[in-house]
Amino acid sequence: MLKINNLHASIEGKEILKGISLEVKPGEVHAIMGPNGSGKSTLASVLAGRDLFDVTEGTVEFLDQDLLDMAPEDRARSGLFLGFQYPVEIPGVSMVNFMKTAVNEHRKHNNLDPLSASDFLKLMREKKEVVDITSNLTNRSVNEGFSGGEKKRNEIFQMAMLDPKMAILDETDSGLDIDALKIVAHGVNKLRTKENATIIITHYQRLLEYIVPDFVHILYKGKIVKSSGKELALELEEKGYDWIKEQ
Amino acid sequence: MTKLETLQSELVNLFDDNTDVLTSNDSDWIRQQRKNALEDFKRLGIPTKKNEAYKYTNLEQYLTGSEYDYELAPLTYEANLDDIFHCDIPELATQIALVLNGFYYKHNRPVDLPQGVILCGLAEATQKYPELVAKHYGKYANTSTNSLAALSSMFAQDGIFLYVPKNVVIETPIQIINVGYSFKNLRVNRRNLIIAEDNAQVSVLFCDHTLCARSFITNSLTEIYTGNNAQVDFTRMQNENSNSSQISNTFIHQEANSTFTSNTLSLHGGLIRNNIYAKLDGEGATNNTYSLFLADGEQHMSTYTNVHHAKPHCFSDQLVKGVLDEKATGAFNGKIYVDVDAVKTEAFQRNNNILLTPTAKMNTKPQLVIYNDDVKCSHGATVGQLDENALFYIRSRGIGYNEAQHLLMYAFANEVVGKIKLEALRERIIDMVDRRLRGELGTCENCNLGQHN
Repeated sequence: MLKINNLHASIEGKEILKGISLEVKPGEVHAIMGPNGSGKSTLASVLAGRDLFDVTEGTVEFLDQDLLDMAPEDRARSGLFLGFQYPVEIPGVSMVNFMKTAVNEHRKHNNLDPLSASDFLKLMREKKEVVDITSNLTNRSVNEGFSGGEKKRNEIFQMAMLDPKMAILDETDSGLDIDALKIVAHGVNKLRTKENATIIITHYQRLLEYIVPDFVHILYKGKIVKSSGKELALELEEKGYDWIKEQ
Repeated sequence: MTKLETLQSELVNLFDDNTDVLTSNDSDWIRQQRKNALEDFKRLGIPTKKNEAYKYTNLEQYLTGSEYDYELAPLTYEANLDDIFHCDIPELATQIALVLNGFYYKHNRPVDLPQGVILCGLAEATQKYPELVAKHYGKYANTSTNSLAALSSMFAQDGIFLYVPKNVVIETPIQIINVGYSFKNLRVNRRNLIIAEDNAQVSVLFCDHTLCARSFITNSLTEIYTGNNAQVDFTRMQNENSNSSQISNTFIHQEANSTFTSNTLSLHGGLIRNNIYAKLDGEGATNNTYSLFLADGEQHMSTYTNVHHAKPHCFSDQLVKGVLDEKATGAFNGKIYVDVDAVKTEAFQRNNNILLTPTAKMNTKPQLVIYNDDVKCSHGATVGQLDENALFYIRSRGIGYNEAQHLLMYAFANEVVGKIKLEALRERIIDMVDRRLRGELGTCENCNLGQHN
């Protein structure tokens, strides 16, 4: 589904990603862990199409398409989703209008008619349950005035609405207390199918107690230095990142 | 002589040559006002860039260089304007009156208004209701410091007169369509007087349109009296062709516990300059001055405000927002002025602008002048681009670049438009702003006026 091959990326001439290769197949959950500044969020941003970064080398194939050649919106419409580490507040744009536009853009991409107002609201209601959002999003601007936990839940809600084939969750656990973490993890698990795949980017092992990965990769100084099964996360938790740095 | 000085002397000559016609119906006090205005105009001249309030609005560029006619009497127009004008705002019945090239249109449909309300041409009102007019006319417009108000007072002939008596509440908005229509370039002078007596309530909508591609220079002056506990909503939509210049001078006088709210929406025009003066002259008065301008091409849109707190316990809120595209330029020069006696004043002012291109320019100067220390005031201004982080966030959900940009601009504009109280009017204007932001013609769906070239 996703094939990253020798990916190099830099910002303002400074190389952050120094040759990353990774393959993700349908149904798999991959965790990417690493210390601060190792390039985790950069990888997520580059995959989603943020133009702050220059890709200097390498290829990324997503569902047999050249991902790096696509605009961010086309990546999203093809089924890629990025859950932001810091979701952006957009005053004046209502959640409903935002999601309606997004859902209908996806439908248009798949040659479907736009959803009727009532069908859309029904969909919203359904998906709100996935992440246990009880508040009335209808009247609120995108992320405006949301608490840290609400913002992260809103990311998973949007993921549920857009039903992506591949979700990249960037530090979704950061800033969450244990209850919020469980809700978010529960939401991700509920959305998991044999057809879709997830990449979880995280600093701590904590989230992986709730979302069990098939593979764990350790990113350090812009490279994947170790890949293994879920037991690697536990080993890392026990020994700390210094263990990686020493190797 | 500079070009503006030449223009000034041409206008003085035009006045001198036509004094007889201009003053033929004048009562003594109007004649005296014209004379004073003439002296003020001669003394002040047309503002140059040396004038602080016009530092970033180069009038010379817009007011000189072409020949303009001046109409001393209403143009006779063959077709009935009523027949070709349909303004249909669903669920919003308005009482409509047309003003053509500054003259109250003589074939206006009869309006259905509560007992005692007067809506007619100003020229007619000065004849029929001289005492009513004399009580307010020229009382709020200060010509001694504003030469364009002086110029307007010199040439004042007609415009609208609206009188709402004490305790009368008018449910349906009164819509005034100011139309420019001419076979030649034309100088237009409009003078309006709106009086809302104590406890009166009225909503007035001005739609300024040009009906052809001719160049118009409009200098308008509107005086609005808001009596004790009266409520006036004043919405002005400016939508003229790119060859035209409009300078509007609005003078608002507020008595105790009155509420005056203006929404000025500048959608299209070569030069739009709005000078808004409000005097809160009674305790507990509230003034809301909201404005949105959307400029592109080489348009210039500029707002000057002066909100004067003369009495204690008044509240004022100013919000001016602009979106500038291509090579458009804009300016904001706003003032909150708090008198020594105006204790417990709450006054706020904000100006936010978005530049969509590197060639668009905005100059902004929010000012506070406060003469007592028992006040709560704030002011601020920003000039920036659309938020890149927000754009990316929206795009990452599958919404294309143009639509993402549109969503953000729309949200930006909506903060002003959303303050329009009447829902049907608000929705219609939101729709117009929406289409204007998409680069489509900024005309109402059902309006056949204001087709721009």
